[in-house]
Amino acid sequence: MASGLRILVPVKRVIDYAIKPRINKSQTGVETAGVKHSLNPFDELSVEEAVRLRERKGPLQVENILALSAGGPKAPDVLRTAMAMGADRAFHIDVPDAEGSPEPLTIAKMLKGVVEKENINLVLLGKQAIDGDQGQTGQMLAGLLGWPQATQASKIDIKDAEGTVEITHEVDGGVETLKAKLPLVITTDLRLNEPRYASLPNIMKAKKKPLEKKTLADFGVEDTRRLKTIKVTEPPPRKGGGKVEDVDGLVAKLKELGAL
Amino acid sequence: MLATPVDAKRSSRKIHARATEYLQNYDTDLTDSQRTVREAISKICAKYPDEYWRKLDESKEFPTDLHRSLADNGWLGICMPQEYGGSELGISEAAVMMQTISESGGGMTAASSVHMNIFGLEPVVKFGTAEQKARWLKPLIAGKERACFGVTEPNTGLDTLRLQSQAKKDGDSYLLTGQKIWISTAQNAQKILILVRTTPLSEVTKPSHGLSLFYTDLDPSAVQITEIPKMGRAAVDTNSLFFENWRVPASDLVGRENDGFKTILHGMNAERILIAAEALGLGYAALRRAALYASDRTVFGRPIGMNQGIQHPLAESWMQLEAARLMIYHAARMYDAGYTAGEYANAAKYLAAEAAFQACERAVMTHGGMGYAREYHVERYLREVLIPRIAPVSREMICNYIGERVLGLPKSF
Repeated sequence: MASGLRILVPVKRVIDYAIKPRINKSQTGVETAGVKHSLNPFDELSVEEAVRLRERKGPLQVENILALSAGGPKAPDVLRTAMAMGADRAFHIDVPDAEGSPEPLTIAKMLKGVVEKENINLVLLGKQAIDGDQGQTGQMLAGLLGWPQATQASKIDIKDAEGTVEITHEVDGGVETLKAKLPLVITTDLRLNEPRYASLPNIMKAKKKPLEKKTLADFGVEDTRRLKTIKVTEPPPRKGGGKVEDVDGLVAKLKELGAL
Repeated sequence: MLATPVDAKRSSRKIHARATEYLQNYDTDLTDSQRTVREAISKICAKYPDEYWRKLDESKEFPTDLHRSLADNGWLGICMPQEYGGSELGISEAAVMMQTISESGGGMTAASSVHMNIFGLEPVVKFGTAEQKARWLKPLIAGKERACFGVTEPNTGLDTLRLQSQAKKDGDSYLLTGQKIWISTAQNAQKILILVRTTPLSEVTKPSHGLSLFYTDLDPSAVQITEIPKMGRAAVDTNSLFFENWRVPASDLVGRENDGFKTILHGMNAERILIAAEALGLGYAALRRAALYASDRTVFGRPIGMNQGIQHPLAESWMQLEAARLMIYHAARMYDAGYTAGEYANAAKYLAAEAAFQACERAVMTHGGMGYAREYHVERYLREVLIPRIAPVSREMICNYIGERVLGLPKSF
């Protein structure tokens, strides 16, 4: 069966989670110029998990970890981060910034091409990117490949050399454990792990790891746009709350508002 | 082709880096590796916010966890040779690291907890034997040993050549007797780099001759270490040391006997650049808090930052900090390129410390009464920013240096 894990970890460069986004003047999206960007937090979990799978030395050795990012000239920043954390090599799929992020289906089709060309048997994706919050790419990819998928993993356990994998994910009221066999698509959730810092020696080493520039066309994919953003607006500002004297006052107020 | 489309796009961005953003990383003059250092250190330091440092300032606990985190991720070896676990980057990168650590809110407390370990052992790197380097640098970089630095003495101050502590050869060891003062982190260090006289001043031809440098175990049973209560940076101890017939193995001598002064001069300029960067970081931290407070705080129906009396001093502080920053990184570049750069390292230290002091003082005044409350952190900054104004060399000695060496004026002291 599977002789080893060949992992693909797609990552995205997004506005840093700590930044309060501002809507641009034309109301077509958020302001990205001069705003701090970093590796999408969910993707950071995927990279970390891939590296931990290697370090755990389970029944299946990790042969290779390929990080990939589609985006403009700054995308390699997050690829270097991924390689500093432990990915072995990276693909930068060049997509001009001006055109915005390709849609999830485009990305999924491109990833399918990468999986086939690079003989990947495990794809670890963040469950969503915190900019578009679409959360579709992993599922679409599994569908296109005809592979099993496990979404929002909080634990990943390689059970045997045949490639049996147990994945735990959190559902309402508890956890659910799934069992599947490689090849497999897994999307990651917050409780999966705590990503490491890239150490200085590893940052230095990452600068020398191979980073190849590719295009969507290399994988036979066109950047088709099916969706049109009509308008982006800020949520209405929160109105200040009121104060009640005591519990009776609270109950009365809730009744008045029809909440009880 | 003067204006390519890229240039046009750049010029349309009016402000490169807002001083109100936490650890902004857009300074246009930074190199790729400086930017990487800034980003990686920001990530670690963001885990230790202002509140953490305020607590430590009150409990006087040494910030061992920051030291550990930086050590575990290889940062203590930033300037150290690769064969001992270092990364061999330059002072240009180390300065970014120290600026960022200080600017994160940790100020001189955070910076001093690692400062000595970043570049203090440069004399060992330059003059140590291969055996000594393997024995000393590896545990230092791994964070298993911390080092402190023992040069200053209570009776000589900056007049280093007249220091009175002595070492007498005794078989295959030396017996050290004397005292040292302002020894930061001695309560928490396992090692000390210490300068003592091995040939009496009366017997040497040149006053710079006759001193020797040791790097050795700081043995509390042989050395009396007494903490000095002080104004700021309570979490990182500062001490006076007394020792009598403290036996130090001859194998702990760094470089040649009697050549210690020359040995220790290596690294002094670099240290000034790092201290300057630490001061700078604190200045930016203060300015950031001041600007944010001034735009938030409303009195008489408008934010106080609308008043030019508040706004202009802060604007001026930014200009002065930024000017100091350019001087620091110029000095660092020169140092890395192999220049001695004493005038630039000294000037950078002078300008950064003064600009940072002014920024901290103005931050307190901008906050009004709140600035005096610990909750707003700027009073802590102000107490700490006095350190780089005084150490490792005073403003007056820097002026003496520039006056004599750059302006060619007679030596004044």
